[in-house]
Amino acid sequence: MSNIGTYEERLKSFDWSIAEKELDYKSGDKINIGWFLSDRNCQKGLAKKLALIHEDHEGKVRKYTFDDMRTITNAMAVFLQKLGIKPGERVCIFMDRAPELYFSFQGILKMGGVAQPLFSAFGDESLFTRLDNAKTAAIFTQKKHVAKVRKILNTLPELRHIIIVDADETTTLRDREIAYNMEKEPRVESFEVFPSTAETPSVLHYTSGTTGQPKGAQHVHYSLISQYLTAKWVLDLQPDDIYWCNADPGWVTGTSYGIIGPWANGITQVVLDAGFSAERWYKTIEKHKITVWYSAPTAIRLLMREGTEVVKKHDLSCLRHLCSVGEPLNPEAVIWSQEAFGKMFHDTFWQTETGCIVITNVPGMPIKPGSMGKPFPGITAAVLDLKTYEPITKAGTVGLIALKPGWPSMMRTYWNNPTVYQSKFKNGWYVCGDRASIDADGYYWFVGRDDDVINTGGHLVGPFEIESALLEHPAVAESAAVGKPDQVNMEVVKAFVALKPGFQPGDDLELEIMNFIRKKLSPLAMPQEIEFVKSLPKTRSGKIMRRVLRAQEWGEPIGDISTLEND
Amino acid sequence: MDDMKQMILDYVRREYLEEDDDRELNENTKLITGGIVDSFSMVSLKRFLEKKYSVQIPDAEASPEAFDTVNSIIALVNRFKKA
Repeated sequence: MSNIGTYEERLKSFDWSIAEKELDYKSGDKINIGWFLSDRNCQKGLAKKLALIHEDHEGKVRKYTFDDMRTITNAMAVFLQKLGIKPGERVCIFMDRAPELYFSFQGILKMGGVAQPLFSAFGDESLFTRLDNAKTAAIFTQKKHVAKVRKILNTLPELRHIIIVDADETTTLRDREIAYNMEKEPRVESFEVFPSTAETPSVLHYTSGTTGQPKGAQHVHYSLISQYLTAKWVLDLQPDDIYWCNADPGWVTGTSYGIIGPWANGITQVVLDAGFSAERWYKTIEKHKITVWYSAPTAIRLLMREGTEVVKKHDLSCLRHLCSVGEPLNPEAVIWSQEAFGKMFHDTFWQTETGCIVITNVPGMPIKPGSMGKPFPGITAAVLDLKTYEPITKAGTVGLIALKPGWPSMMRTYWNNPTVYQSKFKNGWYVCGDRASIDADGYYWFVGRDDDVINTGGHLVGPFEIESALLEHPAVAESAAVGKPDQVNMEVVKAFVALKPGFQPGDDLELEIMNFIRKKLSPLAMPQEIEFVKSLPKTRSGKIMRRVLRAQEWGEPIGDISTLEND
Repeated sequence: MDDMKQMILDYVRREYLEEDDDRELNENTKLITGGIVDSFSMVSLKRFLEKKYSVQIPDAEASPEAFDTVNSIIALVNRFKKA
């Protein structure tokens, strides 16, 4: 029997107080996510249960119980306090999926700080933009990534401490750097957790939009309520499960469902800190007897490409429940997973701003391959008319996915950007920025983004950030970045570039620009193709018409070009 | 062969490792599973190889396994050089 029971029954009597009661929380109580993930589980008799099974790329396994996690995160909280970090200050986590990442996240929350996880593959410019915006006070990182921090340090006066978690006696520490060896530091048995309440800021996750620089979606400790219950009902996490979430905590899935949701449920989870390999992934499932697997369409399509022969070499009968998130899961992938694993992936839809799964295929609900499912109980969703922002009632009509605000993990604002936050609301609805239709059975069908944001491998990349970085290359006069179709990643970045006089297009320059963007921003933002053009399509007021270029890539109608500038 | 190995190692070190990164890099170092080159960055590495060695590597052959070590990359490039 699944945790949710029957979807229809849950809809009839749903209230978020279900989660509050299960977590022994009452309105007005103190609520600190860090405490709930380890201390509470220990109090509930799970002290000796494994919380984390961590395997690195060399195959070295480290295991931590909930009590280990409690005392290690206490120690990290004390360490931050001794550094002078104050409650409410932002502390960035910029590292690969080491145990230190998972535990520093909780240590930050326990002492009242705001955790700011960032994807470790970000280049120095992406890192600077986000640290500067958040006025980050400290950063946890590793030796392999510290060079990127050092490059921008002089322009970040608020960044007081760079904490290197794998520094050893051979590491030369520079200005503002300090070593912290989690395994050698004495553990702390007792720590007075910061008395945060429901609306105390907890996590700051950056996300990209069409215009301007990335924005920090501000979450609060009360988000725990949604993350706990959706992990329990959608991922169907049960006490004996061994759970694996493929997402990197530099992105919201990796924190909501790679840290908070599973550990709030007292579940053992596996983390594999290694790059993608089908063989390695199947070995991991088999070796650790993973029962619940939360993956992503890009990864599933890469696995599909490797075929089912490699699947058959492994005993994957341990798998009980499969879910997916990131971008729409194509029907072929759902059908393939049934063939390969004897189970279908359950697609889930949500975003950085929602903090938790909002539209989904819950266990027991018949899956329509290609559909993202139905709204989670407690989530009021609709698709809105593109012009009037009124809910569409006719089945199959495409509109904007929108949610009625009020669920616990809804972001509370964009950091220092309330104007953009307000602009996300229309007619009392939060508008997600994606288009979909609803069929006669109430299932949602994703159509595409409603803006120019590029969804590549499940990660949103803002064209403005790429175009700005392109202009910093000495050869680039003008640029535009759009998404182009890709079989594995759904979309990848394509750039259109007009060169300055004296520069000639060619393979060398294309590769140089690709690497320039990869190092400055991230591999995700790197154009996988650059088309050199004489000029870019612009409106008569000089604004680049990305939609013309995008339509060209997707083979779609260009639409109204009456404002197009004539050469 | 040794020239190609050195050329690819130099390129990987220069393009995918940070200046202060002191990790050992040799022809058997795991690039993809070891987290040095990710699946997105593989595209620029593939582009470099195609240009440098005048080969066309089909996307279907550019798997994480094929790009996981400099040795496996050399084997891949040589396969298409001969073809």
